[in-house]
Amino acid sequence: MTSTLFEKLWNEHLVEVQDDGTDLIYIDRVFLHERTGSIALSGLQAEAYPVFCPEQVFCCMDHIVDTYPDRGDDTTMPSGRDFIVATREYTHAAGITLFDLDDSRQGIVHVVSPEQGIVQPGMTLVCPDSHTCTQGAMGALAWGIGSSEAEHALVTKTLRVKRPRSMRIRFEGTLSPAVTAKDVILHLIATHGADGGAGYAVEFAGAAVTALDMEARMTLCNMAVEFSAFTGLIAPDRKTVEYLRGRPYAPVGDLWQQATRYWETLRSDPGAGFDRELVVDCSELEPQVTWGTSPQHAIGVSGRVPPVELADAVESAGRKRALAYMALNAGDAIAGTPIDAAFIGSCTNSRISDLRLAAAVLRGRRVAPGLRAICVPGSMQVKAQAEAEGLDRVFTEAGFEWRSSGCSMCFFAGGEHFAYRERVISTTNRNFESRQGPETRSHLASPAMVAASAVRGCITDPREFLQAPSDTAGATEMMEPG
Amino acid sequence: MEKFTRHDGIAAPLLRASIDTDAIIPSREMKLVSRQGLGAGLFAGWRYLAQDSRDPNPEFVLNKPEYQGASILLCGPNFGCGSSREHAVWALKEFGIRAIIAPGFGSIFANNCVRNGLLPLVLEADTIARIADWVALSPRDNRVLIDLPARHVQAGGQQYSFQIEEGASRMLVEGLDAIALTLTRWDYIEAFHEQRRQSRPWLY
Repeated sequence: MTSTLFEKLWNEHLVEVQDDGTDLIYIDRVFLHERTGSIALSGLQAEAYPVFCPEQVFCCMDHIVDTYPDRGDDTTMPSGRDFIVATREYTHAAGITLFDLDDSRQGIVHVVSPEQGIVQPGMTLVCPDSHTCTQGAMGALAWGIGSSEAEHALVTKTLRVKRPRSMRIRFEGTLSPAVTAKDVILHLIATHGADGGAGYAVEFAGAAVTALDMEARMTLCNMAVEFSAFTGLIAPDRKTVEYLRGRPYAPVGDLWQQATRYWETLRSDPGAGFDRELVVDCSELEPQVTWGTSPQHAIGVSGRVPPVELADAVESAGRKRALAYMALNAGDAIAGTPIDAAFIGSCTNSRISDLRLAAAVLRGRRVAPGLRAICVPGSMQVKAQAEAEGLDRVFTEAGFEWRSSGCSMCFFAGGEHFAYRERVISTTNRNFESRQGPETRSHLASPAMVAASAVRGCITDPREFLQAPSDTAGATEMMEPG
Repeated sequence: MEKFTRHDGIAAPLLRASIDTDAIIPSREMKLVSRQGLGAGLFAGWRYLAQDSRDPNPEFVLNKPEYQGASILLCGPNFGCGSSREHAVWALKEFGIRAIIAPGFGSIFANNCVRNGLLPLVLEADTIARIADWVALSPRDNRVLIDLPARHVQAGGQQYSFQIEEGASRMLVEGLDAIALTLTRWDYIEAFHEQRRQSRPWLY
């Protein structure tokens, strides 16, 4: 009897098949943040439900907090303080571990959890945040839920879930220098659509995935939700084990031995059947960038904005609307499009390897005159590591603002934002209308392309920077699988 | 939770693909640690003329006189993709929407709907376009009827069958409280928990 990785994880956590066709799935860990977790905890308090196993629940302050160095509970977002204070009170009352503003481990949920070794292979982990799929990179079954389901998980340590179908996507070939996991996932979504993964738990596999380091795997899984997948996941391997070894919440001693023996079994058996399989050749892939208002609106950086006339009327109308919003025309070369701002951060691309890659482009260079450029490390630990390596100076000397950690301007919550109709190149995950500010025009790309574009002041192929003789060594070092 | 059995109402077309939850309720409209007070922020970016105003945009479908009181939305594929914010569902409910008909939904959004008595109903895009055309002839008169227990939609003299997961349907039709329902299985959960503590001790 062969099984897929997903089946193994699902069956491992199956408490009981319900008579309504759903499965009662045991949840190992719950993560919360102050934006949606506060509401889940307030709901529990109103219903007087206790949290079962609060020691297995964690909470980050990331969504609403400011990222200025002298930040406190008062936020640029109106009423942000209410969320922060409520979260602190509720988590304290429930006995939940909180990575608060003054904690050296504070950061974005999906950066902090792997960094602390909280998410581990074989676990189920949920969070009222759609990018929880990021953590599937660790070989865990991790997915995003709403606040009501978070309450359910907190009280019952289970969720009632209809079992998704299974898909495997094998990314084959070797990525060219300056082509990253971000480019791979944008290309996938552009090829198969923003709803291409709907109803599926997607296992990412293949030579190109095996070659990625753990942080790049997180970037890949992060955008599984932009593919509308239930989640993304990657089988744990030696890199996964080495990544976890010695992290604060990782098992030690005999328990470490037991855990790693179990983790070795977490892979799809040869011949295991998937409901759908895709193979994507990545050897010719070039850096990707979006031109529209959906992550599926991505093209290679040497490409042109595609035509709007399609057989599907709804899709055609969507493209027309997107181009009008973005102030672009079909047939325009995307490279060379002038930008007003550049943003490096978010749960997609804010880890140390992302900052090293951007710094390799920026070292000894300056951002274009008048351009606003911001770097927000994914956690305070990433920030400290970057500062220990001197990367903060590379960013600030290039003209980037160097911030404390949080979700920041990945989205506009009424506080800090990019200006009206500003054009931003961003390492984030969503280029939706007004996502980063009022009618802002967001272009999603890798940290390398964001850095290169910041320097030129227009959308720029990062290979022009990373393949220059003076940068070759650094770039090659960055791109090698870790 | 409010039950959903049969409902007939005015259906408003919003036939765009991949309407995300940021569009349904912009982040800047989520000002309170609360499930309430979100209706005014529904589709704020499209519904009002300017970012900081509440002046209705006359072009937006839900502002048109003939669609006042709409309780059903007719939508494009992948409705509710993106952010997990349940505020999108709370805003729709508070506005008065009871059902959304689309060729597909973001999965977190669909789950959030079911937890709040809002029906995510899947029909093919062609069928939805046909219904929208019929509704547009006279939106206030050409009301759409949804019968969840019978699994059909009636519109324009036609009856369209649909499918829905049994778990979701039961939750909606009976207005169940999911936590209370699951707590009836507490003995099994506790036994599973204890057994897992033995078999995977490093997790505890």
